[in-house]
Amino acid sequence: MEILQYDFMRRAFIVGILLAAIIPCIGIIVVLKRLSMIGDALSHSSLAGVAAGLIMGINPILGAVVACIIAALGIEAIRKKIPKFSEMSIAIIMSAGIGLAGVLSGFVKNAANFNSFLFGSIVAINDFEMILVACISCAVMLAFVLLYKELFYIAFDERAARLAGVPVKIVNFIFTILTAVTVSVAARTVGALIVSSLMVVPVACAMQFGKSYKQTVIYSICFAIFFMTTGLFVAYYARLKPGGTIVLIGVICLVLILIGKKIASKVSLAAGKI
Amino acid sequence: MSNAIEVKDLYFSYGNEPILSKVAFSVHQGDFVSIIGANGAGKSTLLRLLLGELLPTAGDIRLFGQDVRRFKKWSKIGYVPQNGLSGGGDFPATAEEIVKANLFSQIGLFRFPKKVHRERTQQALELVDMGIYSKRLIGNLSGGQQQRVMLARVLVSDPEIMILDEPTTGVDAQSVQSLYELLFRLNHETGLTIVMVTHDVSRSADYVSRVLCLEEGSLVELDKVQVHDELSHKHKHPIGDEMKSQEGTDSHGNSAI
Repeated sequence: MEILQYDFMRRAFIVGILLAAIIPCIGIIVVLKRLSMIGDALSHSSLAGVAAGLIMGINPILGAVVACIIAALGIEAIRKKIPKFSEMSIAIIMSAGIGLAGVLSGFVKNAANFNSFLFGSIVAINDFEMILVACISCAVMLAFVLLYKELFYIAFDERAARLAGVPVKIVNFIFTILTAVTVSVAARTVGALIVSSLMVVPVACAMQFGKSYKQTVIYSICFAIFFMTTGLFVAYYARLKPGGTIVLIGVICLVLILIGKKIASKVSLAAGKI
Repeated sequence: MSNAIEVKDLYFSYGNEPILSKVAFSVHQGDFVSIIGANGAGKSTLLRLLLGELLPTAGDIRLFGQDVRRFKKWSKIGYVPQNGLSGGGDFPATAEEIVKANLFSQIGLFRFPKKVHRERTQQALELVDMGIYSKRLIGNLSGGQQQRVMLARVLVSDPEIMILDEPTTGVDAQSVQSLYELLFRLNHETGLTIVMVTHDVSRSADYVSRVLCLEEGSLVELDKVQVHDELSHKHKHPIGDEMKSQEGTDSHGNSAI
């Protein structure tokens, strides 16, 4: 295949598939905890870290990781203070992140580098970033598998999980760190403005078919990998921006699935009446 | 008979607003107790205090003889929340997955369920007559069936006390009857101690062994025979007219009678 002859495209596929495997693992818990917008808040906050990294001359991804962790812990802290309006914590941190990123971006000399984080640049991944994504993907996947039943129970019923002996605070803390790290790394590849879509859209598609939690997790990963690889192919041959193309393919699939389900239910209803 | 729950001179207030004052009662092991009271009487607050989610302003709560502040063996307490699936009706999980999750203390951190845990899950579902629905998504079950799954989730970890917060909310009339029969059977056959907050005074009175009434923050024990007689003769009930209007209605305000 012509597309795989290029080194940068091979890297893009490796990194893309690794991210597509871990983002829905974080996404499903985020969605089921009714915190879908958390990805948006963290990815916007990561931009502040990117700007800070570029100003200080350190790797912007590391800056993004630190900013994301601080933002994620901030969301958890505010969520506990005002549990009845927990979604407000996301809005507060997102506003603070955007504000800080806006101010700091004024001091960044290489604006093109900063802008590459807005919509991502998966085809411009260097060796260090590929190794970083591989290491983080392994760590996130391992943590997700080991904490599979704990995360499931907390997402379903946090109070019952505590009564059952699940160390809720520790598991929530680990999950917060995992979310922050995943979002900040994904922001570099698919873009800070798009990463939250990749958290939510594959899960939304999988929920249309999943007959159990386990199935929904597996389907989410399959959908994300499908969107990622298809998006990269389409972006390459149609000369489009890969980040946006990946997400748009996901959204189009979701719309088609929802329409298909609606038609199928009408057909089965009509068949039942006959 | 030893006390499973012992509450002495309990006071609780949200800020300056007193909710519970000088509440005292005990629940013996093997009791089936209902706690009744009008809306805002402090029933849910009392349950949250029993579960250690709130701390008393003054007074003592002891679970199996140990102060609730230092109590660690929460796996002995099974809790079925009001609207057990509030907001979780669309949660993509099967009845089996939900029940199995409560075996955490037996399975352990970072470990995976084994055959014995799967068998135990199935047994718990069969105990509440939900064995054949184990692979069904929880959102595809009726309100009554969902509540049975919530009971199985508690029963699977073999608790010594089961605390239920208005378990009949959103459950149709026929299912309410069979839910009470099931609780009665569990209490009699396994000796499970049950504490149940309910608005459904009339029907629950036939199954419980004791009735506690919260009124304006204070708690009194009602004579069960008197409760039964008054309800059957439709006399004015000591807990007030408000209770009667709330009886037999589900979360949507539909009559359950």
